[in-house]
Amino acid sequence: MRARSAWAGVRRLGWCMADKVLFEFLHTEMVAELWAPHPDPGPGGQKRSLSILESIGFRVGQALGERLPQETLGFREELDVLKFLCKDLWVAVFHKQMDSLRTNHQGTYVLQDNSFPLLVPMASGLQYVEEAPKFLAFTCGLLCGTLSTLGFQSLVTTSVTSLPACKFQVVIRKP
Amino acid sequence: MAQIAVIAKENYPLYIRSTPMENELKFHYMVHTSLDVVDEKISAMGKALVDQRELYLGLLYPTEDYKVYGYVTNSKVKFVMVVDSSNTALRDNEIRSMFRKLHNSYTDVMCNPFYNPGDRIQSRAFDNMVTSMMIQVC
Repeated sequence: MRARSAWAGVRRLGWCMADKVLFEFLHTEMVAELWAPHPDPGPGGQKRSLSILESIGFRVGQALGERLPQETLGFREELDVLKFLCKDLWVAVFHKQMDSLRTNHQGTYVLQDNSFPLLVPMASGLQYVEEAPKFLAFTCGLLCGTLSTLGFQSLVTTSVTSLPACKFQVVIRKP
Repeated sequence: MAQIAVIAKENYPLYIRSTPMENELKFHYMVHTSLDVVDEKISAMGKALVDQRELYLGLLYPTEDYKVYGYVTNSKVKFVMVVDSSNTALRDNEIRSMFRKLHNSYTDVMCNPFYNPGDRIQSRAFDNMVTSMMIQVC
């Protein structure tokens, strides 16, 4: 009996760890596939690849925006929604909370993550700063999609000064 | 007699099912008028100082033949249920659990990658769940 429950415990831990790693591998492959030099490149090039990644993230964000707040009560205001993004959404996708949230109380929010899990395996410092944006496009779309399900039109941009820290700037568009 | 409707946040129907099939237009009209009451309750929720931010809206309004119940999700998608007034066996927590099942099924539909958010719901799993709920109510 004890052996069976111990085995169940190990399996449960195994599933949790596997989720995180699987997502990171899938994300890396998505970016690599969209940036691989093609013998017959379609129109648009890199910008199109960025927008494809963003739209994939957007659809995932829309679904998460429906599933994650299911048990919680209604959000009372914009700041509550942003706090939900920083805590619940980030924990669900990246298994950690956002490190800081700043706002000017007029619709612009800056979310800062000091060790973004998708950038951590790449470098620590100034190397690869130019490559970072394509690894953040999916996450921008994710934030945009979740906000859109919760009722806010937004524009999300990123800025990276030194890996693995990055900032997401969210501007909520007034209707 | 019953009807279940799922309405998008822009107030157009994503899914309407009613039994019996005749008089469907009357049910559509009832759901449409109940949207006003839902909107009123949602805006009252936003302004109230009470920490009442529940998703279940309760009995929206009773007419002499029917009772209309409402539920709103965090993404402002509304579920409206119309049941026969003569069906007094239905208790409040049964209605609540039916709305919760609806919410779970709607979330499953949303997570389906083949579903485009904003389209009419055509999922067979959702249909089966609604059919089983209608059997329970009628």
